[in-house]
Amino acid sequence: MEILVCARRVPDTSENEIELNSAGNDIERDELVYSVNEPDNYAVEEALQITARVGGTVTVATVGGEDDEEILRREMAMGANRAVLISDDAFAGSDGRGIASILKAFVQKGKYDLILTGVQAEDGAAQVGGMLAAMLDYPFASLVTSIEVLEGRKLKISREIEGGNKEMHEIDLPCVLSIQTGINEPRYVGMRGIRAVASVPIPMFGTSELELDPNTVGESAAKVKRIDYFVPALGKGAEMLHGNREENIDKVLELVAAKGGLK
Amino acid sequence: MARIFVYIAHKGGMADDSAAELAAAARKIDAAVLPTAVVTGSGAELDATCAALRASYSEIWKIENEALAYPDAELVRKALVKVLPPGSVLLVSHEHFGIDLAPGLSIKLNSAFVSDVVEIAGVEGGYLKAVRQEFGGQASAHVHCDISSGAVVTIRPGAFKPVANTSASGLVVDRSLDVGTLTAGRRYLKTVVAEAGDVDITKYKVLVSIGRGIQEKGNVEIALELAEAMGAAVSCSRPVVDAKWMEKSRQVGSSGKTVKPKVYLACGISGAFQHLAGIKGNPFLIAINKNPKAPIFQVADVGIVDDILEFLPELTNKVREMRTASAK
Repeated sequence: MEILVCARRVPDTSENEIELNSAGNDIERDELVYSVNEPDNYAVEEALQITARVGGTVTVATVGGEDDEEILRREMAMGANRAVLISDDAFAGSDGRGIASILKAFVQKGKYDLILTGVQAEDGAAQVGGMLAAMLDYPFASLVTSIEVLEGRKLKISREIEGGNKEMHEIDLPCVLSIQTGINEPRYVGMRGIRAVASVPIPMFGTSELELDPNTVGESAAKVKRIDYFVPALGKGAEMLHGNREENIDKVLELVAAKGGLK
Repeated sequence: MARIFVYIAHKGGMADDSAAELAAAARKIDAAVLPTAVVTGSGAELDATCAALRASYSEIWKIENEALAYPDAELVRKALVKVLPPGSVLLVSHEHFGIDLAPGLSIKLNSAFVSDVVEIAGVEGGYLKAVRQEFGGQASAHVHCDISSGAVVTIRPGAFKPVANTSASGLVVDRSLDVGTLTAGRRYLKTVVAEAGDVDITKYKVLVSIGRGIQEKGNVEIALELAEAMGAAVSCSRPVVDAKWMEKSRQVGSSGKTVKPKVYLACGISGAFQHLAGIKGNPFLIAINKNPKAPIFQVADVGIVDDILEFLPELTNKVREMRTASAK
């Protein structure tokens, strides 16, 4: 099975305190730790496990810039056969539809049975996989938590729904699936593995290689534009305890007892 | 102004709780016009839902089709493409069904897409002005969405205070004939219900809930010890289950359990909205997190910036001391 995984390099929100820049148009990116978007990493692992079972190759592609090569090498170190950087100045400012249009053009340059994305990236939009599927007229499923390859170019998949329940579906290939975290246990990648792929060439695709009309992507084509960032002010905000640890512990116990929690 | 539709999910002849929230969001787009409800399904349950909606909507579009007896987004999308007029603005709840349906629908309708909207500031110059969150809730963003060719908008559950319309006349319009036969390359087989776990976290008054901050499986013991000392149970957020450190049955959130404790100790939990969606009944929420920017501090009653791996064992010791002292 020929599998394409669309991945993205993002600031690791579990490791970083996100601060806004002074202009309010972006976050402070200088000190941030970047890594592969977590659900995308699960998607690559899933692709590797599928090809280990039924054969085929895994291609990882990202729409971005030179800095993003870092995650492509990481995913090749995991075992992906090929990595591609999709990059062009004309792509800057693309909205979700723009990114999906770029990926569609790339998909049409190859021949893939299965396209995987992570369920969402740092913008939490969960949009590109579903858009790409619609553009290609492929079936789509989101929040996928298991994949079984069936006879006759079909998969049996489960999707996560509410309350820990799962929906089972049969889906025809080729299709697009957005992968939920927890579907597998992504393998560890050591420095040695990354060094081993350090000199593997990563081909780059731009508008000319993709035969893509630059007017259909980028900022000018975007229907959705981010105006600024601001610090959210949802909820009332907690009363912060500023004592030393012992004082804070005493206060917590007092509060828990007062709420009937220590009986 | 574009015509506004809200997609109403329903079960057992009742509209989902999200219906009133979507109606509230629709009012923020255009306060002057009641949105049109769109309901898909089949049989008596569909009719019951449509009848119930008559009190709150002036118009309800009913799409009856045997293939839609189960709400499979791949089929619902095809039905909506046939029925919605060009330039429509459609609101859908941002949960597992909306995530499945909406992005592809925006492509098929050739309209804009904005996802997981938490606030709407109206429409100005053909642009819908909305607020979204990024970076796990650590930053919010104002977005402008060009709705000149319509839009599909998913609305975060719980973000809009429900409003009930009472002045509606309730006309049910049957649009089923416009849909015809529906087939898709994806076929729903069945729903598998979650397995019950060793501990029923929904039965406890106090939950010690752990998140990514617990860092490794071996550290779960720290929380289990505290819970034992307090007579509480340990629950967790999604990353702990993803990493296989705890069973799925311990997970609190929209894809896990809904809990109603009296006290909720959120330990090393960032506070993603999917997690908060599982905490009901307004418990006293104490959050302990290393990251002072963690969104959990916006919703907690009391917050402490500290490392749970050090804080929790000391808390456990103190609880044990108290127990021993009171036993004497």
